[in-house]
Amino acid sequence: MNLATLSASYLRARPLNTALSLILLALGVATIVLLTLVVGQLEERMQRDARGIDLVVGAKGSPMQLILSGIYHVDAPTGNIPLAAARELGKHRLIRKSIPLALGDSWKGNRIVGAGREYPEHYGVKMREGRFHEKPMEAVLGAEVAARTGVGVGGSFVGAHGIGGEGDEHKEAPYTVVGVLEKSGSVVDRLVLTSIESVWRVHEEHQGPEDEADRKALEEAREVTVLLVQYASPLAAAMLPRQINSRSELQAASPAYETARLFSIVGVGVEALRAFALVLILAAGLSVFIALYTALEERRYDLAVMRTLGASPGKLFGLLMGEGIALSLLGALIGLGLGHAFASALGAWLESQRQFPVTGLEWRPEELWLLGVSLVVGLVAALLPAWRAYRTDVSRTLAQG
Amino acid sequence: MIAVRGLAHRYGAVEALRLSEWKVAQGERWLVLGPSGCGKSTLLHVVAGLVHPSEGEVEVSGENLRKLEGARMDRWRGSTVGIVLQALHLVRHLSVRDNLRLAQYLAHVPQDNARIADTLGALGVAEKASRRPSELSQGEQQRVAIARAVVNRPKLLLADEPTANLDDSAAAKVVDLLAEQAARHGATLVVATHDSRVKGKFRERLEL
Repeated sequence: MNLATLSASYLRARPLNTALSLILLALGVATIVLLTLVVGQLEERMQRDARGIDLVVGAKGSPMQLILSGIYHVDAPTGNIPLAAARELGKHRLIRKSIPLALGDSWKGNRIVGAGREYPEHYGVKMREGRFHEKPMEAVLGAEVAARTGVGVGGSFVGAHGIGGEGDEHKEAPYTVVGVLEKSGSVVDRLVLTSIESVWRVHEEHQGPEDEADRKALEEAREVTVLLVQYASPLAAAMLPRQINSRSELQAASPAYETARLFSIVGVGVEALRAFALVLILAAGLSVFIALYTALEERRYDLAVMRTLGASPGKLFGLLMGEGIALSLLGALIGLGLGHAFASALGAWLESQRQFPVTGLEWRPEELWLLGVSLVVGLVAALLPAWRAYRTDVSRTLAQG
Repeated sequence: MIAVRGLAHRYGAVEALRLSEWKVAQGERWLVLGPSGCGKSTLLHVVAGLVHPSEGEVEVSGENLRKLEGARMDRWRGSTVGIVLQALHLVRHLSVRDNLRLAQYLAHVPQDNARIADTLGALGVAEKASRRPSELSQGEQQRVAIARAVVNRPKLLLADEPTANLDDSAAAKVVDLLAEQAARHGATLVVATHDSRVKGKFRERLEL
């Protein structure tokens, strides 16, 4: 028997009140944990995927859509741009590096990206098995794609038109898997890489050129979807987007600006949810307070008897504070567990939707703050009941009973 | 064991107790008798150190209670005094055994399951150790309340109206149990009551 077991026994004796306080606190904490994990991981993931990319150049349309499709591969492209324009831009003196990508097809919901070796190298992705594609219609699978599909080196597949995998299959142009990439934690994990020539070939086969003149015309009309650009100097940030946007067929979008805009839009909802969760935590504090305060009346003889048995007023104060602390810590721990469980469930669903992966197995320093906040809420809620217990007038109470 | 001189206690302007002198020797059995409101309970609370009297000196087991304050007083009470109340006030959600453990814990006495079993056994409720108070009969609850009061082997056992609402036979049994337990542990027994049925069981009587 000690103060902790005594506090716990009192909490067990009031299961409904205890459960209500725990549920409110756990839901509040779980909501904040879920938001922290999802937003934190999303921000990190987006920053990681956009690292080293200062500008995305593509067809006119929504700049945010251009960023989402060109870097993160979660939205439909705005369209294509002429290959010649992309090549010309790539030679600009203010551009250090440019990576053209050709998009448009997918395989089982995994996007097929036409890109050179410099694209996975930009993210530092290494080959786990096999080799990089060298010839048209050879493909390299990102780690998650390989794991999800179970296809390895030597396997083959056919792409489908469109990014959701719902379009017509290009059965006449199958891909052969020649390599599988190591898991890198970048967007490349979720992609199927092939050469830009492969993408062109699939679509040119589809269009079916009839003679050499047709083929030449097709070659001259070749396009890419986006150009990922790295500036050569800070001056480029001031000049290049304006220059590009003044051209009728091209649009330049800054990942830093667009992702900040995206988070400011999403942030309103996130902050609203966070505020709601804080309200839940405060409601839990109120519930703890009401539970302890109303229980005082039925416990006043217990408290008086404890004084006759040798308990000091400080011990009674500690007993009530202990109950507040136990409730808040237990609620916070359940909330942390729930938050991580929700994040894992959400991660599993997002993975099935080929979206940004989220994991519940990651712990963040902010969670310690949540424990601290919950503890303070429990302490504040228990303070007044504990003070009343401290002030118990033993003689008067016993005289009434 | 108990020495009281010039004792008076007031609740606001109302005088609840006045007692010029009272001396109790170690091991004696005393009955404090008087009608309701005459100050019997107040006297027990003063002797137990639960209230400081408005006037007078109280010495219990060699301690001048006026000089004991705060945690020292609580510790002294836990180790020296056992109290049985009319309404018993066992902690409802604790088992019988845990009610006695609670008494040991609050008195800073090391947890001693053997002593608890021995005490419950002596009062005939050993087999009820795991039960909650609500699962016991009134008589069994009375025995557990006595067990809780004597488990720390107090030098002074106080009982406030222990026979109220009991029939003659039950009232006699309770007083016998208290006397038996006090004798078993060499404790001084003071029973405060307005119940004149138990008069004959005490040689020493204080009428208020």
